[in-house]
Amino acid sequence: MTAPAAAAAMVGRPTRGDGGRAAIDVSGLAPGGFGHRGLMWWGTLGIVFIEGTAFALTIAAYFYLRTRNAQWPPDAVAPPALFWGTLNVAIQLASGIPNHLAKKAAEHVDLRRVRLWLVVQLVFGVAFNAVRAVEFLNLNVLWNTDAYGSVVWLLLSLHTTHILTDFLDTAVLAALMFFGPIEEKRFVDVEENAVYWYFVVAAWVPIYGVIYWAPRLI
Amino acid sequence: MLEDPTGLERTWADAPGALGWLRSVDHKAIGRRYLATASVMFLFAGALAATMRLQLSRPENPFIGPDLYDQIFATHGTTMMFLFAVPVMQGFGIYFVPLMVGARAIAFPRLVAFSYWMYLGGCIFLYLSLFLNTGPDVGWFSYPPLSEQLFSPTKRPDVWAQMITWTEVASLAVAVSIITTAFKMRAPGMALNRVPIFVWAQVVTSFMVIFAMPAVMMASTALILDRLVSTHFFDVDRGGDALLFQHLFWFFGHPEVYIIFIPGTGIVSTIVSTFSRRAMVGYLPVVLSLVSTAFIGFGLWVHHMFATGVPQLGASFFTAASIMIAIPTGAQFFCWIATMWSGRVELKSPMLWLLGFFWVFLIGGLTGVMLASVPLNVQLHDTFFVVAHFHYVLIGGAVFPLVAAIYYWYPKLVGRMMSERLAAWAFGLFFVGFNVTFFPMHLLGLHGMPRRVYTYLPQTGWGPLNLLASSGALLMAAGVLTLMADAVRARRVGALAGDDPWNAGTLEWATASPPPNSNFIEPPTVGSLDPLWEDPPDQPVVVGLRSDARDVLVTHVLDTEPDHRTVFPDPSIWPLATAIATSAMFAGSIFTSWAVVYGSIPMFIAMVGWFWPKSPDEGGTQPWPIEHRTLPLPNEAPQGAMP
Repeated sequence: MTAPAAAAAMVGRPTRGDGGRAAIDVSGLAPGGFGHRGLMWWGTLGIVFIEGTAFALTIAAYFYLRTRNAQWPPDAVAPPALFWGTLNVAIQLASGIPNHLAKKAAEHVDLRRVRLWLVVQLVFGVAFNAVRAVEFLNLNVLWNTDAYGSVVWLLLSLHTTHILTDFLDTAVLAALMFFGPIEEKRFVDVEENAVYWYFVVAAWVPIYGVIYWAPRLI
Repeated sequence: MLEDPTGLERTWADAPGALGWLRSVDHKAIGRRYLATASVMFLFAGALAATMRLQLSRPENPFIGPDLYDQIFATHGTTMMFLFAVPVMQGFGIYFVPLMVGARAIAFPRLVAFSYWMYLGGCIFLYLSLFLNTGPDVGWFSYPPLSEQLFSPTKRPDVWAQMITWTEVASLAVAVSIITTAFKMRAPGMALNRVPIFVWAQVVTSFMVIFAMPAVMMASTALILDRLVSTHFFDVDRGGDALLFQHLFWFFGHPEVYIIFIPGTGIVSTIVSTFSRRAMVGYLPVVLSLVSTAFIGFGLWVHHMFATGVPQLGASFFTAASIMIAIPTGAQFFCWIATMWSGRVELKSPMLWLLGFFWVFLIGGLTGVMLASVPLNVQLHDTFFVVAHFHYVLIGGAVFPLVAAIYYWYPKLVGRMMSERLAAWAFGLFFVGFNVTFFPMHLLGLHGMPRRVYTYLPQTGWGPLNLLASSGALLMAAGVLTLMADAVRARRVGALAGDDPWNAGTLEWATASPPPNSNFIEPPTVGSLDPLWEDPPDQPVVVGLRSDARDVLVTHVLDTEPDHRTVFPDPSIWPLATAIATSAMFAGSIFTSWAVVYGSIPMFIAMVGWFWPKSPDEGGTQPWPIEHRTLPLPNEAPQGAMP
């Protein structure tokens, strides 16, 4: 505690009977911060833990049901054709590139690039949501066929909920960056959005492995 | 009355009137609402329990039939677990964690407001359904196949399954907010070894919520899918398995016990330390006990399923884990005893209820060790012995500490003291009533009386003990009514409390009772675990936060170095709007799965309204155009930090 700080601490606050006391002056601190400095990063981490647990438990349910059946899939349906799911792995992982560039642009508060890469991300989002619709049509099983169909549809729907909502909230964020009131902390929002996007597309890799490869290999 | 020369209190105030009330994002207001709503739920569920006791008071009692009994019985358990025990503990967390870490607000205040409205939505939905003769009737656990469409062709299990979604959304939101508050908003100086034990307990509990609650959401979602869109998760004929539900349910259900109990132990440590007039003995072992309880708590779930025929190796593992969890709890017990032994114990009302806790929970713990043994477990499975056990554990481990917490923190919440004399009466009635009600159930269980039955035959000889148990319930009810009457009375006429009526050591007592809108006119810094006892009188305060915006200090996770400031959102109607839209979607989904599609449109609109910023100025950061970045990246030194 330095004397000038104590003096500065006297300004703009109610004094006590003894004429004030020692203080830490935080008025010079920045009004926000990127990454794990900020609260939003921790909130995002919490959501990632919650959603990650839901994914993991559904995968566990898949393998539990697998152990309960002598034959898998029980109705001897063909596993889903590899093409569309694999294509979606490629698209989603590739969307990490504009995602990374949007994050970097946000860290440089470069509005032009943030807009550019958010739009590119959305193009990727349209692509992988469209391919997802085709994936549903090529599962070779319906949710009400048997337990295999139920758990595969649940896994795919759960992940689809995430790519769809992540697409929509990125679209809202992009709209804000084009039309909304912009201030510096909105770039922190762009950065946090990128963190969640990484999680959502990375989660597809193990889920893809379960839906497309588990019935073939295990 | 506090002076407000800088407008700080106006900045943090809610607008007057009903609209201001609905828009509030003040963690103290929301915490109070949680506590009030959970108390009402406790009374409702208690009334249901009393009805069951009345029904069971004599053999072949014609009072209520099996159909209503089943609804009452399932709604009692569901309410106590999902709508009372978890929310009431989180309510204390919402109110006190920010105060105990010296913060002006809880992290994500709008999310916390949203969580309350969701929780309220779940309560209303459940009791409206019960009122319409559609209350859940397959137990608080809703096992398939009984809960499947084939055997329960009503809407009752759907009500249960969707109520889960409401309340779990709420608890998950609160968990994330509490963790973030405790990690990033602690007062400068409150390094990890100076975090109050109650805050540790809330953090550990929140982590358990995050990893456990998704399991019950998946279980109830799969159940409702089976029922409404003909999936086959639990349908053995089509490759499903009913035990999958039990695994998912108990992967949540056993941690749930600790989600209820760990905040209770945090309360016990807080109160024991205060009324022993000394710092907690064994701070580190107690905190480590909380953390290890959380870890081991995830390795016990199969002991609820011993009777389903688990492989022997599995049974051995889960028996070992079930016995092992007694170790951290035992360590805490010895730390509490050592604290009291080496301190000067003042037997005030909160301590009285803690003595009840020690006795009741000890018995519950001992019967727990008995039930961990597979042969005894299989013998006693589904008998009243189990009912006795878990009421000793849950009422002992949660309700006794909770009532202690009410007496302890009531002066802070209300600014007035409750009566010590009425506290003794309430305690005496409740303690005696509790033991008279539940101790005989051990014997009834040993005599073979099964749980979940609405009546029994006179030849069984179970009548007298049941009558005894039912009469104890009356005493318990009298104790609860005494407590409530005192709480209502003291609100108006109780003695004024002052800032720190118990001469306690933690930060919530460093501010007025009830606290001002901004919590602390001058946010504190701390230099010890019990700052009010140990810190010097000239311990620095924090200055320099804006008083014209809801400016809060964000600190470093480990050493609480001041890192940056951030402006919190103003009150908003959007959390309520989002909760209404979400509730409409949940309620509709029971009747048509298309409701998920239609219902998500108003949800989306409400969430955009929530997110869309009002003006460029609200955050205090640079408006556009921005010349260069001023906010620091994670790897940069804090700007403008004081030495």
